[in-house]
Parts: sequence; C-alpha cells; structure tokens
Amino acid sequence: MKKEKVAERVNWPITILLIIGLITVVFPLYMALVIALKQPSEMTNSIGGILSLPKALSFANFAEAMRVTDFWRSLFNSFLITAINLVISLLLHATIGYAVGRNKAKNKFYNFIYLYIVSGMFVPFAILMMPLVKQTAQMGIANVVGVICCYVVFYMPMNMLLYSGYLVNIPIALEEAARVDGATTWRTYWSIIFPIMKPMHATVAVLTALGTWNDVMTPLVIMSGSGMNTLPLAQMTFQTQFGTNYNLAFASYLLALLPILIFYLVCQKQILNGVVNGAVK
Amino acid sequence: MKNMNDRERTYLWMTLPILALFFCFNTLPLIKGVIYSFTNFKGYGSYDWVGFRNYIDLFQDGRVGKSYLFTVKLAVASTIVVNVLSLLLALGLNSKIKFKSALRGLYFIPNILGALVVGYIFNYFFTYILPAMTGTTSMLASTSWAWVAIVVVCAWQSIAMNTIIYISGIQTVPEDVYEAGSIDGATGWYKFKTLTFPLIMPFFSINMVLCMKNFLMVFDQIMALTKGGPAQSTESISFLIYNNGMSGGQFGFQSANAVVFFILIVILSVAQMTFSGKKEEQL
Repeated sequence: MKKEKVAERVNWPITILLIIGLITVVFPLYMALVIALKQPSEMTNSIGGILSLPKALSFANFAEAMRVTDFWRSLFNSFLITAINLVISLLLHATIGYAVGRNKAKNKFYNFIYLYIVSGMFVPFAILMMPLVKQTAQMGIANVVGVICCYVVFYMPMNMLLYSGYLVNIPIALEEAARVDGATTWRTYWSIIFPIMKPMHATVAVLTALGTWNDVMTPLVIMSGSGMNTLPLAQMTFQTQFGTNYNLAFASYLLALLPILIFYLVCQKQILNGVVNGAVK
Repeated sequence: MKNMNDRERTYLWMTLPILALFFCFNTLPLIKGVIYSFTNFKGYGSYDWVGFRNYIDLFQDGRVGKSYLFTVKLAVASTIVVNVLSLLLALGLNSKIKFKSALRGLYFIPNILGALVVGYIFNYFFTYILPAMTGTTSMLASTSWAWVAIVVVCAWQSIAMNTIIYISGIQTVPEDVYEAGSIDGATGWYKFKTLTFPLIMPFFSINMVLCMKNFLMVFDQIMALTKGGPAQSTESISFLIYNNGMSGGQFGFQSANAVVFFILIVILSVAQMTFSGKKEEQL
C-alpha cells in the first residue's frame, strides 16, 4: 500500500528544474538554427538581433552551404566510411572475439593474444598518427581505404573485449550439440554463434558507428592529401571560405549535425542501450 | 584426434589474419613511432640517429611542458565538473518525475553530436554572444580564461554520457536497501552518502577512467575553439603533436613527445584500474 503511494507522487520541483536545465542543451542548437535561417543583413550587433527569430523563413543559406562544402560528396564519404567499417568490424571483431574467447581459458597462446589486443586500448592515436601517415602513403592507401583500415584496428580491442565477454553467456553445450550433428567449427560459429550474439552486435554497431561518424583526427591526417572530405572534416576545410558569413557557416554546421540527429531520433533506444552496455562491461 | 586438429586449425585461421591486420596498423606504427623518436626526422628527406637527445630536449622545452600542464589541468577540472554535474543530473532523472524518458532522451543529445562542429558553434557563442551579454571581452582571447571555455564545451558533451552510466548504476541499487535505510531514518544527503554512493562506486570509477582518458586526448575542441591560442596557452598534447609533428618539421621530436604521452596514459590507466579495483573490493 505504502509503496504504491510513493510511486504515484510526481516530484514536480525536480521535474521543473530539469526542464529549466534543458535550456543548456537546447540553447546552442537554437542559436545555430536562428543564425542559419537569417541573412547577414539581419544580424545586428545586439544579442536580441542575433537571437531573435528570422523575419522570413529562407533556406537559401542551406542551399549555398551545400554548394560551398560539396555537401553530398562529404556526406557520401562519411556514410561510406562508417558503413564499410561497421560491416568489417562486426564480422572480424566477432570472429576474433569468438576464437579468442573460447580458447583463452585453456590455451596460453590465445590468452596472450587476448591481452595483446586489449592492451591496444592504451595506445593513444597521437603516437600512431605520424607513423600511420607515412605508412598509408607508402602502401598507397592514403585515402578512404587507409582510414577504414585504421578504424577496424582502433575499435578492435574494445569490440573484441565486448564479444568475448558476451560469449561467457552462451553455453558451450550448444556448440557441442552442433558438432555432434557433424557441423564444422566454422559452420557452428557462422550459423549458430554469430546470430546468437545479436544483442552484442547492436552494442558494437552503435559504439563503432557513433565513434566513426564523428571522428575528425583520423581522416584529417590520413586523407588530407586525397582532396576528399568527411562531413565533419568539411566544416574545418571550408572555415576560410565561410569567412565572417556566420549565417552560411551555421547552415553548414547544422547540415553536418542533421544526419546523426535523425539517426538518434529513429533508434534512440538502441543507442542508449548500446552506449550503456559498452561502457559498463 | 583428427577432429580436434581441424577445430584448432579453424580457430587459428579465425585469429591469425585479423591479428596480422592489428599488428600492421597498431603495433607496427607504435614501434616505428618509438624508432622515429630517436632520430632528427623532419617528416621528409634524410635523417640521422640522435640517441636520447629528443627526450632530453623534451624535458627542457617550455612549450611542451606548458602543454602537459594545460592538458592535465583541463582533464582534472573537466573530470570533476562532469562527474559532479552528471551525478546530480542522474539523481534528478532517476527520481519520480514526469516526462522521464523524454527528458533522458533530450539530455543525451549533446553526446551524439560531433565534437568539432559543437566546438565551432560554441566558438561563436564565446566570441559574440557571451561578451555581449556580460559586457566583457571574449573568453577565448584571454590567456587566463580560454581554458575555462574549453572545459565548458568538453563538459557540455560528456555530461550526457556520464549521466547515462550513473543512471544505470543507480538502477542497480535494490529498492530494499533504501527501505532498510528509511527505517533507520536515512534521508537526503545522508542517504546518498551512506547508501547510494558506495553502491554505485564501480560506476563512479568507470566514469573517472572514461573522463580522464578522453580529456587527456582532447583535440577536436581545441581545433574548433582556440587552435592552441592565445599565446599557445591552450595547446593540448595531442594538438601539439599534430601541429608541430605534421607540419612544423618536428616529426622526430614530437614522436618522442608522443612516446612520453603514451607512457603517461598507460601509467594512469593501470593506476586507476588498480585503485578502483581495490575500492570495489572493500564493499
């Protein structure tokens, strides 16, 4: 009886406080939006002039920003890198996570590999950066291919850790049953274990995709010679062209944020779950 | 017996190619980085071995020392700010409030946005809006205040992530602990200090590690907000390595810097893990 009563009572002061606190989240985005919708002539020097709603709704800045930053091509590059990296990461990291996870308890070699790859988490990009630039140039992959190779390797420690951790929940009897039925190890993995790891695929996909999509440093150093941009990188490359036309710049920034915002609105639940799973495990 | 061998061979085939890829793009560049750190390589042309000279120079270089001080200051300040605020926010979002899931969803938005673009948006805010509001000059142009602006931007994004982790931590605390506590008269701050906080200690240590590591490697925010200025007062270690190593002709010297930075990260990670491991055992 008493418990139910407590559950029913809404704590309004905290609710209101939290709604007021949302201003800190919404304000920068609101500012970006109103500036993006205005023309430079509408921008007076007072805050009121900057932050007021635009007089007429015009998307001219967005069209211009798309032209200046070659929006569709940058978007395509970002999408390509994220998608390919995601597919390769899921396949490779699940496979090595499985092979290592199943053997590391009884086999010293696999235990060593496990520790070796996990320790890759401690290696900051700063130390790999300069040698990787030289290396990808020598290998002729100072472009999208090189960036994807880097991502696949950078996310391997974390993802392998997640996969081999998840494997503990999958009873080994399942595999033995398949083996008795005559399935090879590879077949057992591919048709039984890989599909069963679906919840972990979701977590890995969310973490890898968010990280790849928003990353600037890797494409900045590796693809800088190729004349290609990712969506965030384009914002940096075209800083000089925006000049003091902040209306144009903000239209471009918003366009760069839009794809991930839409993605978040659509799969909010999966993203929140994925992020928590990844961090807590 | 043959079956056994087949299985082992399959496992080996699953591992070795991926391992080779990992070696090629992680260990190999790491080794190369260490080798470059003993040379006077400019990034192009020929180079000579210089032994430990880069390392000796490193400890006498004022700019490098300043960047370490700045990065550590930024990381410590941001970690404290983020953890205090996100713990408060998590407690709020976990209490009996209306629109709970909508509020949680909205508060998480900063985390999914790219740090560089967020940095550019805040750059405008600090350059034009804030000075107009307060009648002062831009924080970003002041050597003593620019770092605070960077803390604000770092915190704005990271609070979302840490809050979500704290929320899932608070949810692991069983309801009967609070019931037992309320019989003993535990309320408010006392309840939080003696019941909630000790029980979410593991989540607290996760957040500390996450924060420290991310903030020590800060790069995008610096690039978007200050580019290391004014007067090189906000150069983070990663930014300095990128800026001087890639285009400043200090490839070898900054490689040595990167090696020292790498060792620092390893020591910190190991220390934090053993420290938080001990704390958790005490429970």
